[in-house]
Amino acid sequence: MYTFSNKLKTFSFILMILGALGVGYGFMTSHKSFEEVEHLLAEESHHGGGHGEANAHHATPSHDTNAKAEGSHGEEAHAQVDEHTKHVEHVQHQIANRPWSALYVAAFFFMMIALGVLAFYAIQIASQAGWSPVLFRVMEGITAYLLPGAIIVLLIAIASGTIGHYNIFIWMDPDVVAHDKLIQGKSGWLNLGGFAIRGIIFIAGWALYRHFARKFSIAQDNAEPGDKSNFKKAFRITAGFLVFFIYTESMMSWDWIMSVDPHWFSTLFGWYVFASMFVSGITVIALLSIYLKSRGYLAFVNENHLHDVAKFMFGISIFWTYLWFSQFMLIWYSNIPEEVTYFITRINDYRLPFFGMVVMNFVFPLLLLMNAEYKRMPWFVVMAGIVILAGHYIDIFNMIMPATVGDRWFIGIPEIGSVLLFGGLFIFVVFTSLSKASLLAKGYPLMKESEDFHY
Amino acid sequence: MEASKVIHAIYNDDDILMSAVKRVKAERYHIEEIYTPFPVHGLDRAMGLAPTRIAITAFIYGLIGLTVATLMMNFIMIEDWPQNIGGKPSFSYLENMPAFVPIMFELTVFFSAHLMVITFYLRSRMWPFKSAENPDPRTTDDHFLMEIAVNGNEEALASMLKDTGAVEINLVDKAH
Repeated sequence: MYTFSNKLKTFSFILMILGALGVGYGFMTSHKSFEEVEHLLAEESHHGGGHGEANAHHATPSHDTNAKAEGSHGEEAHAQVDEHTKHVEHVQHQIANRPWSALYVAAFFFMMIALGVLAFYAIQIASQAGWSPVLFRVMEGITAYLLPGAIIVLLIAIASGTIGHYNIFIWMDPDVVAHDKLIQGKSGWLNLGGFAIRGIIFIAGWALYRHFARKFSIAQDNAEPGDKSNFKKAFRITAGFLVFFIYTESMMSWDWIMSVDPHWFSTLFGWYVFASMFVSGITVIALLSIYLKSRGYLAFVNENHLHDVAKFMFGISIFWTYLWFSQFMLIWYSNIPEEVTYFITRINDYRLPFFGMVVMNFVFPLLLLMNAEYKRMPWFVVMAGIVILAGHYIDIFNMIMPATVGDRWFIGIPEIGSVLLFGGLFIFVVFTSLSKASLLAKGYPLMKESEDFHY
Repeated sequence: MEASKVIHAIYNDDDILMSAVKRVKAERYHIEEIYTPFPVHGLDRAMGLAPTRIAITAFIYGLIGLTVATLMMNFIMIEDWPQNIGGKPSFSYLENMPAFVPIMFELTVFFSAHLMVITFYLRSRMWPFKSAENPDPRTTDDHFLMEIAVNGNEEALASMLKDTGAVEINLVDKAH
């Protein structure tokens, strides 16, 4: 049995409190009046030698994806007072969006870790893997965060369109929809009621599977020797869940992420988000197992299991890169204006995070985890894992931020505060769940094979 | 040409072979070679063979392939004749790089795979029309053969090998 140490509990509370303070600070400082923003822009234009106004103006407005000719912008902005008002209001909205988006990115990031682990867990059961059962309780612990995490994501999304001023999803704003033919055409799918109902169905399906898989897993522990009925039940619901998961994950990625850019669409987006969540989830399994083993709780886990998890981190990192590049290259190559604006805003305004994440999510794991010996060294896997997790946070950041705050982004107090808040909650929920059952799923039929596993 | 003698101990089970190898190693005899019909997991470790370095060569070959692809396309598409083909930016390699990545990837894999295989053939001396070095045809089907050099200790060696479960022990003249 694992006991949740008081030190770690305190640590998670400190993270949550610090995070909440950061998030609060973000919301307090994001409500700027029209005059304040006007003043801010004037100061920026001073700073940039008179070009600030023009520059800020032709940085493609996030929700308005029309690519305009760059030539005569400066004059227009000075000639038309109307334009100026619009511009200031646009920037004001972007500044107000920042704490919402920061909160949403962090909430989604931790939720997707739990969801990725759930998918990994289901695949291990469905494929009857012989190496991984010793890690099942670690995976079940991580997936405990899924239900609260997913509800938080959905609540933030809905709150941004009800309490907030349409701070994440522009299609929730009836005023915008009224003037936008494209969104009107999509309103059969993109409407608040449908969004909420679909979200509830996704979360209910995932949480139900998680609940029963965990229940059968513990029931199998306490079953009579030779009674495999719980194992069989878990196997059957797992097969069903995997089918449900791949449909709902895809739709979830359209709803919760792709719809921040309601004018844009991509067909392999669901897979791309899946790869991101899968590799983050596997990385967290590795980090958590290494931590628990270092505390002496996982005596039955050896470096061979670590080697296999690290192989998955390596392989899925490359899979993620493959999907990232496929999406990028197809759009870059054909250069169709309605699609390519997505990447133009990212390359213009987010150059460092956009290309930096490719280095962190591909080049780093590729070089660090290629060697078989390195994959068996805990500190090496931890190092690579931290880079991968940070890289995938930035991946989600790159998906949400350009659509909501545009070029007004920064990784500052609101962003770090949100990560601390949900990181603390994640630690608290996961370790509480870990302390509720034996860390070895004793009754699982493949457990002996897994304990003796060596590569 | 000096003829030396070797002992061929034949086994018919891979588990017995493994324990025999451990015994022979423990008694500090030198195993010249072992012939098996299929890979025996852990045999190399029991024999104390050095790990292979072929993965390292494959990595280097991959880097060579990547370099070849980059230099080739940089010369052809950017330096030699930078045409405007469908509006693709051919001003610098980096600007047009996404279009080159598929080729860079494939050539990396191509060089890595093929050169590694050729390295394997060279290092293990395999080629067409090479005469087979098989001491006993049964080792290609269901028998395992351990070859140990004899240095006048024939009797002791033979009885020790009999002990380990060998089904057949032959003293063979081996021409060098």
